[in-house]
Amino acid sequence: MAEESALKPFYSVLVLAFVCSLLVAGAAVGLRPLQESNRQLDQKKNILRAAGILKDDVSVADQFKVVQTRLVELATGSFVAEDQLSPQQFNQTKAAFSDEFGRSLEKEEDLARLSRIEKYSLVYLIAGGDNAIEQIILPVRGKGLWSTMFAYVALDADLNTVRGISFYAHGETPGLGGEVENKTWQKGWQGKKVYDQERAVRLQVVKGSADTSGEQAAFEIDGLSGATMTSTGVSDLMQFWFGDHGFKPFLERMKKEGGFNG
Amino acid sequence: MADRKRDLLLRSIIERNPIALLVLGICSALAVTSQMTTAFVMFICVTLVVAFSSLTISIVRYQIPNTVRIGIQITVIATLVILVDQFLKAFYFDLSKQLSIYVGLIITNCIVMGRAEGFAMSNPPVNSFLDGIGNGLGYGFVLMFVAFIRELFGSGTLFGIEIFQLTTNGGWYERNGFLLLPVSAFFLISLLIWFLRTIDPVQQEKA
Repeated sequence: MAEESALKPFYSVLVLAFVCSLLVAGAAVGLRPLQESNRQLDQKKNILRAAGILKDDVSVADQFKVVQTRLVELATGSFVAEDQLSPQQFNQTKAAFSDEFGRSLEKEEDLARLSRIEKYSLVYLIAGGDNAIEQIILPVRGKGLWSTMFAYVALDADLNTVRGISFYAHGETPGLGGEVENKTWQKGWQGKKVYDQERAVRLQVVKGSADTSGEQAAFEIDGLSGATMTSTGVSDLMQFWFGDHGFKPFLERMKKEGGFNG
Repeated sequence: MADRKRDLLLRSIIERNPIALLVLGICSALAVTSQMTTAFVMFICVTLVVAFSSLTISIVRYQIPNTVRIGIQITVIATLVILVDQFLKAFYFDLSKQLSIYVGLIITNCIVMGRAEGFAMSNPPVNSFLDGIGNGLGYGFVLMFVAFIRELFGSGTLFGIEIFQLTTNGGWYERNGFLLLPVSAFFLISLLIWFLRTIDPVQQEKA
């Protein structure tokens, strides 16, 4: 190899860095629209899956027409007017981390270990044939063992019965905690109740198999074997999101106002 | 010459397997082998990245200043990996959801770096490219072997298709939870290394 000048390493690295950054930036910018639409499609699919109305042979965009997207202020539980803040422009993932739309959580109230929460949340309403709301789908999330798990929970019009659940993003151990994706396990959520008579959140994932009879049966979900931390995480996030800092004010308000169709 | 090329392509599968003989790339072999699908995609991605990084580095090997060669190699590799990741996200979203953290880890996969430094720096581009593909195949061979055993006996499925019906789904097969943990791959890989070195004693290292 020829004698190297002292400057050569500098400019060869500079040239390389320039070429590589052009390539990376080009790919990131060029492919972003595609990636973004993939992500949104995936979320819509999961909303429909949670509601139990996802069909494979109809396009997701068409199926999603029955879904109304609304924005809810979590603290008061009231709908936000469309002209004040539109659901299409609201970015929920970013909201929690902005000063305007998010706030930090105290340690004792932070059951789902999120550290920050948004002040507004999107909710999805599904209207039936006669325009009456049949289901409401709420986005929830919380820490499992390794990662934040994201899910949609579909509630019946009685605002208490789970119609379905769909975990759509997580980084739990495949085969153990990753079984939150298991369709058979998710089926076990159907028909369970969130609140008891005293309006306390009772829905939880238990260790081992859930009670099939008795007073507890309506609130218990089978545990995931080999995934205690993930199961606890799921229980905690339900406890949090259906509690006072989550959707409880909204659900209470809806109930008081006689449900959606009152 | 043709023999040499074929040799470059095939020798890394059994005789000079990057995992079994060189013991490189173990980290990702533990992580992605609990399912055949992820193992397969990882195999494809690593093969592409090794082949093209070896090719690129071999083309510019006379321009790379000796003092900063490792940094340059890793930059080329990282660029390729990010490109692969971006393409997966854009065109194979479901796969990238399962793989995303592992794809990033290709950057630190020792095979890529090892082939760049050990082969591509001192060999012409076509040979380096073939060597890259060959090493990808060797890596894939081990990955598929480990994933086959782990998925079949750990989850009762192959490529996500049910082979043994699990007790959790109302079947008869009680799954082996140990095989789902990354540690089990250590045992499988060591057994494979033992087997390869027994049938091909040249690979044995003198104590």
